[in-house]
Amino acid sequence: MRMTWIIAKRDLGSFFNSPIFYVVTTVFLLLYSFIFFNILNFFSFQSFQAGQLQAMGMNLNLNEMVIEPSFHNMSVILLLIIPIITMRSFADEKKMKTFRLLLSSPVHLIEIILGKFLACMIVVTLMVLISAYSIGFLFLLGEPELGPVITGYLGILLMAGCYVSVGICASSLTDNQIVAAVLTFGFSLFMWVIGWGAQAAGPTTGQILQYLSIVEHMERFLRGVVDTSDLVYYLSFILFSLFLCHRVLDSNRWR
Amino acid sequence: MIEVKNLTKHYGPRRAINNLTFQIEKGEVVGFLGPNGAGKSTTMNILSCILPASSGTAIIQGHDTFEHSLEIRKIIGYLPETPPLYPDMSVRDYLLFAAKIRGISNKGCKSAVDRVIEKCSLKDVGHRIIERLSKGYQQRVGLAQAMVHDPDILILDEPTIGLDPIQIIEIRKLIQQLAASHTIILSSHILPEITQICKRVIILNEGEIAAVDTLDGLTASLRKSERLSLTVRNGDSDIEEKLNSFEQVLSVLPGEKNQYIVECELSSNLQDEFARLALENQWGIVEIKPIAMTLEDVFLKLTIEEKDVIA
Repeated sequence: MRMTWIIAKRDLGSFFNSPIFYVVTTVFLLLYSFIFFNILNFFSFQSFQAGQLQAMGMNLNLNEMVIEPSFHNMSVILLLIIPIITMRSFADEKKMKTFRLLLSSPVHLIEIILGKFLACMIVVTLMVLISAYSIGFLFLLGEPELGPVITGYLGILLMAGCYVSVGICASSLTDNQIVAAVLTFGFSLFMWVIGWGAQAAGPTTGQILQYLSIVEHMERFLRGVVDTSDLVYYLSFILFSLFLCHRVLDSNRWR
Repeated sequence: MIEVKNLTKHYGPRRAINNLTFQIEKGEVVGFLGPNGAGKSTTMNILSCILPASSGTAIIQGHDTFEHSLEIRKIIGYLPETPPLYPDMSVRDYLLFAAKIRGISNKGCKSAVDRVIEKCSLKDVGHRIIERLSKGYQQRVGLAQAMVHDPDILILDEPTIGLDPIQIIEIRKLIQQLAASHTIILSSHILPEITQICKRVIILNEGEIAAVDTLDGLTASLRKSERLSLTVRNGDSDIEEKLNSFEQVLSVLPGEKNQYIVECELSSNLQDEFARLALENQWGIVEIKPIAMTLEDVFLKLTIEEKDVIA
């Protein structure tokens, strides 16, 4: 455990000492804030209209009309940005030949992988936490429900965990960061849209495809429901990717 | 201390090393010598538990490199060909990281890092970013990294490659100091380095051991003949012929400007005879001297002879 933390801390150091963290976080926050502003703007426009036509007022709900779409949009931005965060993990170590330092040290491979995962997760969590200022505003100005906000963040972080684990696995495959980023983005996007195949497929296959889709499991979190099947999906997705990463790195030594 | 038996490593279909067997005692300084691609780095990677061997065993202080690699990794310090430096870290932070990852407790780290900074004379650059250091300093940081946990065994893969002559001398001095208290395995294709630092040499060629011996032993065993250099003032066409008339002379090679390299049988001591001959014929001796075989010759001879056998 100590080794995992030591490795994570070094990786965090290299995020914070280089422009990567700041650029990525700024871009993320700008995009998210712009989208959030527009969603909120649309909401206030609707509530203004509702004030004039009294019948419409019944459907206005901050959670459903502002928070939920914001989370949806945030998950898309994360899909685009997480490959950039994870691409360095192993690819850079291999390219700079620093991986040999880790390999010749008394550290288990799994500790190295967990350290890398932890560092990327901390970066993503920080970004998501800073973006929470927007939801804070809503609490200042209105009365949204807290429960779905918390479960929403849990869902977002679990989903981010999936992207990060894919990214780390992709990074272990190559010593080229761009290849790692493209693989991560491609696979994550595929897991995102895999549910769309459900319509064309038969009922059983359709259900399986639906279950495999990353976004499908977000829905209930955003509604404030923590379902074990969703938790199991996300956690097993992460563990499986990290396991694959371990296999890749271990087999590299035998070639 | 280090026992290697029948070590073989394949990279796909390519065989990098084949059936290496050798021992290294505690406190020895051993040099791996060989042309590029001879299998030096592969052997070192196996000894430092980075790569598993395809077959054969390497046992270090009673631990097998494959079965108990974690134990071994605690007692070895490894400097790969390219020092494993994170360019964006400061020297001190990097060494602290290296110390921690080698399992030194948080308390012990600072003093361990101070010790290697002192030893590798890195005091002036402790707070500088590694990327901006000269190659010589980077190499020293790499060396500091390898010895931060005070390992019993140091494995150094071409530690002086790419340095300027002054830096080479500095690194070499440092290694010589370390030799007093560590077992060191060093690889190089720079021969003077090996002659200066190592007591024993393992010559590798095309993945096989061409020779294992002490330096003197190697030079002696390989000398099947002695060579004398004879330089005279007055060139004469029949000098070669006259030199060749001795029974012990194997061959005469005319060198530049009235110099003749005479290859003769071991301990034939022909200097006096040559001197007499020169006086009789009034060649005018400038110099007669034995040519000692340098390690360079040994190296070339071994690797080339080996090749002939294969061909």
